[in-house]
Amino acid sequence: MELIMAVLAGILFTTGIYNLLQKQLLRIIIGTALISHGAHLFILTMGELKRGAPPILTEGIENYTDPLPQALILTSIVISFGVTSLLLVLAYRASQVNGTDNMEQLRGNDYE
Amino acid sequence: MSNLAVLPIILPVIAGIIVAFIHKKKKIVRIVSQIIAILNLLVVGSIFLYVQQNGTVVLETGGWAAPYGIILVGDLLAMTLVLTTNIIAVACVFFAPKSLSEKQEEFYFYAFFFMLISGVSGAFLTGDLFNLFVFFEVLLMASYGLIVLGNGKVQLRESIKYVLINLFSSMLFVTTISFLYSVVGTVNMAQIGQRVQEVEQQGILTTIGILLFFVFATKAAVFPLYYWLPRPYISPNPVVSALFGALLTKVGIYSILRTFTVMFNQEVQLTHTLFIYLAAFTMIFGVIGALSTNNVKLIIAYNIIPAVGFMLMGIGLYNQVAISGTLYYLVHDMIIKGALFLLIGAIVYVAGTSDLRKMGGLIHHYPVLGWMFFIATLVLAGIPPFSGFIGKLLLLQGGLAQEEIMIVIVALITSLLILFSMIRIFIRGFWGEKTELKHPERKRKGVWMAWPAGALLSVSILLGLGAEWFYPTIDSIAEYVMNPEIYIDSVLKE
Repeated sequence: MELIMAVLAGILFTTGIYNLLQKQLLRIIIGTALISHGAHLFILTMGELKRGAPPILTEGIENYTDPLPQALILTSIVISFGVTSLLLVLAYRASQVNGTDNMEQLRGNDYE
Repeated sequence: MSNLAVLPIILPVIAGIIVAFIHKKKKIVRIVSQIIAILNLLVVGSIFLYVQQNGTVVLETGGWAAPYGIILVGDLLAMTLVLTTNIIAVACVFFAPKSLSEKQEEFYFYAFFFMLISGVSGAFLTGDLFNLFVFFEVLLMASYGLIVLGNGKVQLRESIKYVLINLFSSMLFVTTISFLYSVVGTVNMAQIGQRVQEVEQQGILTTIGILLFFVFATKAAVFPLYYWLPRPYISPNPVVSALFGALLTKVGIYSILRTFTVMFNQEVQLTHTLFIYLAAFTMIFGVIGALSTNNVKLIIAYNIIPAVGFMLMGIGLYNQVAISGTLYYLVHDMIIKGALFLLIGAIVYVAGTSDLRKMGGLIHHYPVLGWMFFIATLVLAGIPPFSGFIGKLLLLQGGLAQEEIMIVIVALITSLLILFSMIRIFIRGFWGEKTELKHPERKRKGVWMAWPAGALLSVSILLGLGAEWFYPTIDSIAEYVMNPEIYIDSVLKE
């Protein structure tokens, strides 16, 4: 199971980086979203995938799942969600001002 | 008294929330921000004195003991940097009303500003690797807001690049943390430091260490990963450039210093030799960048990069003298970069252009500004008796003690070229025939803009002339950094 998850995270990273290298703004943003999904899956995998009781101390249960990776993922998901939405607004504004969504055609005067 | 460690983080957050609510009332918001910034500086200063007398302050949040809960570690190293951060914050908050447009001030500049200070302080104080990521995000979120404030075409273009590179390195950071977690089973820095000694496969740990180094190197603008830095740093308002140039790359350097002394100190031969080579390349390429352009803002922004090289050099040399050199240089560079960006903001404002070819003869109209810039140049280049000289002297001593002649020569040549790149601005911008001012109406405001920069400059001069007072503190911090057991013991209380 860990192996499949690791391969899946790897695929997400590859497709993410492929999209990141495109010129269209929206594709780049999708690329960042895919990379963050890959990273989150990866944390989950690294905390060991196993079936077990929730991490609450009760008698008779010995196989607990590890709560820490889940807490880390939750934090990381919230952050990447926020950044992605910011990026979308930024891209929208940039394409409105410049009249294009091509990264190479964004302009401006450098000596302002 | 352990709650003291959280004050430098929580006070700016509260301030940020307060000023976000009154953002429309410009006069009130200015005064409130200035008062809070000074109060914050006083609080941080007194915590610094407390830590200096009584030793490290460790806060276990929620009362959970160290390896389990999130901890904040207010040691002398962190507090020194937090204090420097707040000195720069005060100068910037007084500079801001003169340089920002009314719209920019109204649209939450001060709220973002305080959040940035809070994130930077948090990154210095935290003792937990994942928490470091969170504080990185706090300061980056605030910086995303600041960099796009003003909404020009250049700013939009550069801020997209800036957000993307930082988002990518953050995701790499998370991935690296999960690698590390799977090997040592903890994210507490002190406990990681303890456990890396016990891991059997040291090769994997070194790989993770290098990966982590590249994450921080992206933030700190070390050699192969500095290309993103100069342009986004010059596109926003000068006060924002000053905050970024003074604080953000230094957080990256601090993280490298912390991780590679407390956590990954087992393969010094491999990792730290890599640092020395990268430091040399960082210096050379950074200073070439500074020489390549006629845009004065860009010259200053490129000068951030060789400074990062100097600090990395000290970490790579890894002996007490070199580390104390790095620390001295870190504090010196934060202050002088803040001062330089503010000064260049004032200069560009009064000249009406940042193109060096179109300036000239400014010294006839602005003598004070000109001589302040000249002193700042000397401080940056490390002319004795200013603070840059002492940092560099310690670094070179450390290099010679380690018999790394190559890096010493590169460092000396780089210092010379830094001086050359800066003096170019002075010669071509200030000297020359007396010409008609293009913007005579800007004279009064331009002179006022120079004062906060002058205040930072005098702090910097004090740091150089009063080296005898500061050096014992810096030296004791360096000794503390070289003995990570002290850090681990004070956190885990064993």
